[in-house]
Amino acid sequence: MGINRRDFLKIAGISTLASIGGAAGLTLIKSGAIEAAQYIDDPRALKAKRWGIAIDINKFKTPEDYKRVMNACHTIHNVPEINNPKEEIKWIWTESYEHSFSSQEYANPYIQDHLKKKPFLVLCNHCDNPPCVRVCPTKATYKRESDGIVMMDMHRCIGCRFCMAGCPYGARSFNWRDPRPFIKKLNPEFPTRMKGVVEKCTLCYEKLAIGLKPACVEASNGGMYFGDLSDPNSDIRKVLASHYSIRRKAELGTTPCVFYIIGGQ
Amino acid sequence: MLETAFKGSRIYWAWVLFLLVIIGIGFIFYLRQFIIGLGVTGMSRDVSWGFYISQFTFLVGIAASGVMVVLPYYLHNYKAFGKITILGEFLAIPAVIMCMLFIFVDLGQPLRVLNVILYPTLNSVMFYDMVVLGGYLFLNVLVGWSALSSERKGIAPPKWLKFFIILSIIWAPSIHTVTAFLYSGLPGKYFWMSALLAAQFLASAFASGPSLLILLALIVRKFTKFDPGQEAIQALGKIVTYFMLTSVFFLGLKLFTSFYSGIPAYSHSIIYLYAGLDDYNKLVPIMWISNILTVIALVLLVIPQLRKNELLLAIASVCVFFALWIDKGFGLIVGGFVPNSFKQITEYWPTLPEMSITLGVWAIGFLILTILYKIAVSIREEIGNVDVHH
Repeated sequence: MGINRRDFLKIAGISTLASIGGAAGLTLIKSGAIEAAQYIDDPRALKAKRWGIAIDINKFKTPEDYKRVMNACHTIHNVPEINNPKEEIKWIWTESYEHSFSSQEYANPYIQDHLKKKPFLVLCNHCDNPPCVRVCPTKATYKRESDGIVMMDMHRCIGCRFCMAGCPYGARSFNWRDPRPFIKKLNPEFPTRMKGVVEKCTLCYEKLAIGLKPACVEASNGGMYFGDLSDPNSDIRKVLASHYSIRRKAELGTTPCVFYIIGGQ
Repeated sequence: MLETAFKGSRIYWAWVLFLLVIIGIGFIFYLRQFIIGLGVTGMSRDVSWGFYISQFTFLVGIAASGVMVVLPYYLHNYKAFGKITILGEFLAIPAVIMCMLFIFVDLGQPLRVLNVILYPTLNSVMFYDMVVLGGYLFLNVLVGWSALSSERKGIAPPKWLKFFIILSIIWAPSIHTVTAFLYSGLPGKYFWMSALLAAQFLASAFASGPSLLILLALIVRKFTKFDPGQEAIQALGKIVTYFMLTSVFFLGLKLFTSFYSGIPAYSHSIIYLYAGLDDYNKLVPIMWISNILTVIALVLLVIPQLRKNELLLAIASVCVFFALWIDKGFGLIVGGFVPNSFKQITEYWPTLPEMSITLGVWAIGFLILTILYKIAVSIREEIGNVDVHH
């Protein structure tokens, strides 16, 4: 494939312009004319010392109630829909009582039927003492000191999957292949992931930053409470103080911050 | 010294070529895994570590077991190990390299591997594992190479080497202890969560490593003029015997605690491995092959008359090696993930690409081993296979 004189001149002209532009850009950066945007918290941002979620299981009645919550999370976070259970990615999903609360089930096999048959929403527990953070060799998963969210840096993760072995809640998913073809509708506001990294719920840190509650809580129609566990006057503390609630595998000392409200007032 | 690796017989070159072919096939499959992702393996959301990490665990043991010849020779001046010591040191080198390669091929984002050094994380056992494995590789290269080159020149090894030899003896158990800590400190993984795990690892390592060394010594003697010595081989046989017994004893301890306590979570994985759980029983046949091999090995090893027969000792060594390879290089890691955190069962079996990559890494190890042994043997042949003073 040859190029004629006209094309050559065109390319040469564009290249020259581009290099002048590039050089000008460099000069600007050098002289300090362009600075990195200084990071200021959005005044609307929601803040807490220790975020927590309480799920009132009595408010989840129909399959739609669960689906709404799960879809809200998975659509805004570009969670791929991979139908192969070996490779699926899940941030929030349902499991049976028996599977979610093994120790309770051993303790009492004759528990009320509605509990036995009820699906339970499960997600990352944002533990106060997270084993996944303890085992990660690169700090790609870390506990945010300001509010206790167990975060993921998907650009640092080397994909060793030590965190998956360390998490006793099965809350973590690995991208066994490129997830992008499996994203049904892309949300350009949230990053997609690449193959070879681990992901999980990050408690909608991106929504909290602009003053919104986590997507699951918003979609739950009052079925989920979200608030500061360190504040005795917060809604979540009040509801936990007045209702019987349980946590998953609390005996492991991970101090999970997701509560399941079982009893009434 | 490296030049001696470039002069060899037809058999030598045929063997090297064979290994290169296996490496090549493994590499092609690795490229496929690199492009597509770890989805080409049999691993899953539930069984998130498989063949690669199992091989890594097993090979850390092989690497550590070098100390079984180094320690008696250097600390107790056990002369019979004079010639075989270099084979032990030179076995540790490819074993550690294979460990590192198995970690590497298991990574989802292998190009980011240096993040482990760029962001050193002192609370992660993985960080310490990197430190101890790297250190152990360095020590064995240094000690093996220096000792052999002094030998070639007919001089005593430098005095400072003694320090590194002692260090390598202390270092050896640490690599397998730290490797056990990768698993034994994970909340909710009841199959691994046992204070005994590191001890179990060391016991099985000190049986599987020397059994491989016996086989290698017999091969070296058959194909070269270098004789590691009958007494050395018999002494290794005793080491294998005691540690195989220890290993079985430790397994018994684990079975007692898991079943007598009656705590379900402690027995689920064991039942899955040896009997199958809720109709899931993919691993049961190989676990029973491991048990049968263990019994055969123990009969051949415990009865002195049988052990003294070199052919039977060789058979026993093969049995020990494969029994422990199945147990540790397969069942131990997979079993820890079954059942999963929700008491559900997802089974695991390696895929063709996974097995080919695994074989490729083993072939790299054997290639390095072959080259190192070729050098050691050539130098021994050159100086006339005389008694050496390290």
